[in-house]
Amino acid sequence: MSTRMFGARIERNIDPKLLRGEGAFVDDIPLSDALHVAFLRSPHARARINAIDTAAAKAHPGVVAVYTCDDIGALDVEMPLLIPHPSMTNPQTQRPLARGDVHYVGQTVAMVVAVDRYTAEDAAAMIEVDYAPLAVEMDMIRALQDGAPRVHASIPNNLAAHFVQSSGDPDGAFAAAEHVTRITVQVDRSTAAPMECRAVAARWEAVTGELTVWDGTQAPISVRGGLASVFGIDEDKVRVIAPDVGGGFGQKVLLFYPDELLVPMAAMQLGRPVKYIEDRRENFIGSSQERTQIHTIELAALKSGEVIGLRDFFLHDTGAFIPYGIAVAQVASTSIAGPYRIPNILVEFKAVYTPTVQVTPYRGCGRPQACFAIERAMDQLAQELGLDRFEIRRRNLIADNQFPYAREGLLFADGLKVTLDSGQYGKALAMAAAELGAESFAAAQAKALSEGRYLGLGLACYVEGTGLGPYEGGHVKIHPITGKVYVNTGLSTQGQGHDTVFAQIVADQLGVSPQDVIVVEGDTKAFDWGVATFASRAAVVSGNAIHKTAVTVRKKVLQAAANMLDVDIDSIELRDSAAWVKGSNRFVPLAAIATASNPLRYAFNKAAQAATQFAPASKHDGPPLAEGEAPGLEATDYYSPSQSTWAYGVHAAVVEVDPGLCTVKIRKYVCIHDCGNMINPMLVEGQVMGGIAQGIGGALYEHLDYQADGNLANASLMDFLVPYATEIPDVSILHLETPSPLNPLGVKGVGEAGCIAVGAVVASGVEDALRPFGALKFHQVPLSPTMIADALERAGH
Amino acid sequence: MTRPMKQAGSARSGDAQVDVELTVNGEAIRRSVSVRMLLSDFLRHELGLTGTHVGCEHGVCGCCTVLIDGKPGRSCLTLAVQANGYSIRTIESVAAADGTLHPVQQAFKECHGLQCGYCTPGMVMNVLGRFEEEGPLDLSDDGIRELLSGNLCRCTGYLNIVAAVRRAAELLGRS
Repeated sequence: MSTRMFGARIERNIDPKLLRGEGAFVDDIPLSDALHVAFLRSPHARARINAIDTAAAKAHPGVVAVYTCDDIGALDVEMPLLIPHPSMTNPQTQRPLARGDVHYVGQTVAMVVAVDRYTAEDAAAMIEVDYAPLAVEMDMIRALQDGAPRVHASIPNNLAAHFVQSSGDPDGAFAAAEHVTRITVQVDRSTAAPMECRAVAARWEAVTGELTVWDGTQAPISVRGGLASVFGIDEDKVRVIAPDVGGGFGQKVLLFYPDELLVPMAAMQLGRPVKYIEDRRENFIGSSQERTQIHTIELAALKSGEVIGLRDFFLHDTGAFIPYGIAVAQVASTSIAGPYRIPNILVEFKAVYTPTVQVTPYRGCGRPQACFAIERAMDQLAQELGLDRFEIRRRNLIADNQFPYAREGLLFADGLKVTLDSGQYGKALAMAAAELGAESFAAAQAKALSEGRYLGLGLACYVEGTGLGPYEGGHVKIHPITGKVYVNTGLSTQGQGHDTVFAQIVADQLGVSPQDVIVVEGDTKAFDWGVATFASRAAVVSGNAIHKTAVTVRKKVLQAAANMLDVDIDSIELRDSAAWVKGSNRFVPLAAIATASNPLRYAFNKAAQAATQFAPASKHDGPPLAEGEAPGLEATDYYSPSQSTWAYGVHAAVVEVDPGLCTVKIRKYVCIHDCGNMINPMLVEGQVMGGIAQGIGGALYEHLDYQADGNLANASLMDFLVPYATEIPDVSILHLETPSPLNPLGVKGVGEAGCIAVGAVVASGVEDALRPFGALKFHQVPLSPTMIADALERAGH
Repeated sequence: MTRPMKQAGSARSGDAQVDVELTVNGEAIRRSVSVRMLLSDFLRHELGLTGTHVGCEHGVCGCCTVLIDGKPGRSCLTLAVQANGYSIRTIESVAAADGTLHPVQQAFKECHGLQCGYCTPGMVMNVLGRFEEEGPLDLSDDGIRELLSGNLCRCTGYLNIVAAVRRAAELLGRS
């Protein structure tokens, strides 16, 4: 047998291309005679538009067209509400170009199409808009009050959604509590900041009636469906390609952004390719953001530290629109009990409109907020009960033999009951303690303190529901000429390494090298059933679909090879791109089997000579292709998960706080995580580490600074502080592998895992480090030097 | 493997044009360019060298890093006209003609030092430029982080990039 590829640390197939600068990101795709788009965006958070004058812009040399809402015909409607939910009292979505009102700084008001981007931007600046600015309220709590300035004139109190879920008997639990702790915490607004901003290009072929759209999206098939619907053309006449995409992290799963509709429209109207390449400022003021939630969480506990009840009420900032429904808030609300048994839960949220960029999922999608709430509450409870922070968690973790652990009454973002399927939570906690050196930390802390250094231990556990449905598909085909295996799935990659992990899955079934498995995804002409890349689902959902398909192709290969080699199927083994008679030198290459499995008329090469209708790989009487058989070695299958599969982990750190400079340095960081069976541990670690780095950004640096007038003061990478290599410490990542019982590969998702716990870990550590100054509280992230200075000042330092 | 450069096209906007002569990846280039065209746009759109990426257009992210007379520089903060008379190297020139990766590129691959690959050309050009400078390299952990401190990566969390720089030093026999 060949070496098993599933589980191997193999290098990525895609890397040489990317390293040579041969990647094909949207703006790299050569489109001859292309026109370029620039948008005019609102400078006001709320305003009435009295008039728009585009005359000067239209007259500017090099300008081909200028569009306002009056010029876009049937597109001048509110864009889709992607995920409807009855909790949304007044769902509002954006129009491609503002009509009448603007609702946030950055909203698209007009679109210029010109010969190049420079000219388009010049012309956009010539558009005169007469705005009547309106009052704004940026604070969610005040925005909910009667009489508050409205983001949408027709919606009082700015309430977008209100949702309550409960599990067990929370009132009974609080009545029985021996101790109740209560805490209010906040996570602030951030953004994905992918290194490649969003990008869309479109070409309309008038002769064939085909629209091709290159879109740096996480959801090409869904975009295609939407475009076909909006433009009233056959789905088969619309091809959406997500080529190489420079990071997504959720921001690119939303459809539609205005440009995704307007660029194809312009290409169809103007008869030339049209391109829109978002710049960094536009990414800050135009593309989705996430995070701000204010949680007030109460834990009902026994003196032993066992938590018997949880009540959480939170406000969720949804920005000016709610196109992705309540997904972010719902994920937060259903992740609120973390890895703990807590059998009685009441969780309620209000989603609030604010005059800011719309909120849709950013890596983590509500989980970092939920984790911050429950973990900070657990720390406070431990403190109040005089328990060690590891110990209180140990006493509440779901035990290994309690899985599957259902939270009756809580529906996850897939509409299904929250059921944590498997794990070794206690072991993960013990590993974190051991790896960090928790036992000896108190001594180290005391010694440091004697030297005037303030060390703190931070700790947090998390769970992550991953691999959401509804489904994905896989197509596997052995190429008859090269013997290489072509694999397709419908979702798309933004750097995760799908092409390699999917290749590993297939390689094991077909006995080929992963380098000989060519994965093509994100192109609706290659495969057009499926959903999108989100919710840490690609490995789980597409991975299992591809696995199932590869198993089917394997059976076909074995049968055909047995026929060709005239032995029993059991005597065949697949390795080195060939089928071998076990224990012999007799073999037939996969390419030859694939060719022979396709009854041919014309012998165009040597292998084909053996595959003419007189010598097929199929052994039967009758026509060359038996009834019910398909030619070639090929199959398509689908995987639809019965529910989400829950990954989890424990993060712990030693931080050092300088009370003079109010800076935080992470001295040691430990991550124990479990995403089930790992297809490629090197890539898993890459995902986890990337998540941790984003988590560190969210814990200490990345804060979108909206001013009282609704302007975003730090809409640049100069001012919004994405960590460099100098800000990210070494991290010790240890794996547990508890196979998911829910899918054939036993895998769970890992894409978002790393970022979830970091804010809670850092706040926990800083609190611990500054204990000598009193019981300072850090209930908000990112945790800025100003917050530390303020806390120290309040404590009299 | 290097993509052929695009031939000169007709001027498209009403911008004033200036003739520039420069060397790009060893090839002498003479073009008429808009006075305000960024070097990054010139490389990408006029020459078709799309391996140089643009991440922020304000000199912070480092995606657009190229070598300007051997030194890493931001092509998004450089005008094409400023490159007149200079020698520019882009990522397209780094691998061998048959596509064999340069040791710096090989190190990134071995260490999983890239995910989406968007920041990668800028990272590689920066690291390459530093390795090709005269004098000692600080290959301590802090030294490598400092070396990388002009390039943002949003995917990897940097540790594998730090490892890749260390591995590249090994492959190149640098200490």
